[in-house]
Amino acid sequence: MGAQLRVYKRRIRAVTATKKITKAMEMIAASRIVKAQRKVAASMPYATELTRAVTAVATGSNTKHALTTEVEAPVRAAVLLITSDRGLAGGYSSNAIKQSERLIERLRAEGKEVDSYIVGRKGVAYYGFRERKVADSWTGFTDSPAYADAKRVAAPLIEAIQTETAEGGVDELHIVYTEFVSMMTQNAVDGRMLPLSLDQAQDEDGAKGEILPLFEFEPSAEDVLDALLPRYVESRIYNALLQSAASEHAARRRAMKSATDNAGDLIKSLSRLANAARQAEITQEISEIVGGASAMADATAGSDK
Amino acid sequence: MAAELHVELVAADRNVWSGEATLVVARTTSGDIGVMPGHQPLLGVLESGPVTIRTSEGATVVAAVHGGFISFADNKLSLLAEIAELADEIDVQRAERALERAKSEADAAAERRADVRLRAVTGH
Repeated sequence: MGAQLRVYKRRIRAVTATKKITKAMEMIAASRIVKAQRKVAASMPYATELTRAVTAVATGSNTKHALTTEVEAPVRAAVLLITSDRGLAGGYSSNAIKQSERLIERLRAEGKEVDSYIVGRKGVAYYGFRERKVADSWTGFTDSPAYADAKRVAAPLIEAIQTETAEGGVDELHIVYTEFVSMMTQNAVDGRMLPLSLDQAQDEDGAKGEILPLFEFEPSAEDVLDALLPRYVESRIYNALLQSAASEHAARRRAMKSATDNAGDLIKSLSRLANAARQAEITQEISEIVGGASAMADATAGSDK
Repeated sequence: MAAELHVELVAADRNVWSGEATLVVARTTSGDIGVMPGHQPLLGVLESGPVTIRTSEGATVVAAVHGGFISFADNKLSLLAEIAELADEIDVQRAERALERAKSEADAAAERRADVRLRAVTGH
């Protein structure tokens, strides 16, 4: 076998092996999207009821709570960025990071300091490489987040917002995550979690204009709100984590599908080249044999004379 | 037929129980509260404790609820909890083991959780 042909054969083998891997990853991701979507759906009742309750307290009572009223001159904001732990998901993490960069720029332009909180190894690596300050980070659960993970992420954020700004606390809480629209569409979005704007809460609830009854609060409106808001933040973060996980799997499936397609194309063109090389080799061999035979014939013909 | 209220018992990651009921008893931070159809709109903070739901068929559903909220409006009662388990979902032996462990490690929160689970099963 000629050297040329051997090189092609080897490359075809390598690409075939890669194709098998990407095909497997594609199928794994596809099955996980369904699971992740089901988790998003299962978390919806809690989120909706909680949002309803928060809206009810905030509109139904005259309590002024630190977490629902806007600070006149906010000086510091926390940004929670949700990325993935693993790569090979196309532009998934970089889109979320880009979105957060835009948000941070906007907040800076408004004269606020920004504290970064990061979920996912990719985001941590991005900040680590640029030697930027990270207030807190979590990794290891972006594939399938549990409620306990959301609680862990929420705890320092809630603490930060409850601390006075002068003592290092924050006035606003923003979140950047990837919204799962459909199998084909996922958008990196940013949103403000706190202070709570009521229109926004009502929008999420999908019940705008619904008149909420006058509630009796047990033990008191302030206490209820105190207990509700951390849960609300946790639930929002949980929902964002779940949507991001679904988006990550969808992005990975798409990336792996195009990798598999490309590997198929590559194998096709490499086989064509290998075939041409083999044919060229055969042609050469034939011409060598023919050339040799005719040389022999010429030599014997010459000696006969 | 007695009046009914619609109950949704939801945990953070799933819908635990939903259906019609005639009476719901839950433990709020300021004491046990019983909600019957036509109660005035209410929003309360729950303690971890058992929640008893008397269904319209006359059966009793008991669930262990660890923290959360109770909200009632328009004859619709929502029980929101981070963790909620129905009594028949609870693994008694596991809860007992957890109780032992919590006691030996002096983990008050874990002890309380295990205790609530066991009480929901035994019905005291």
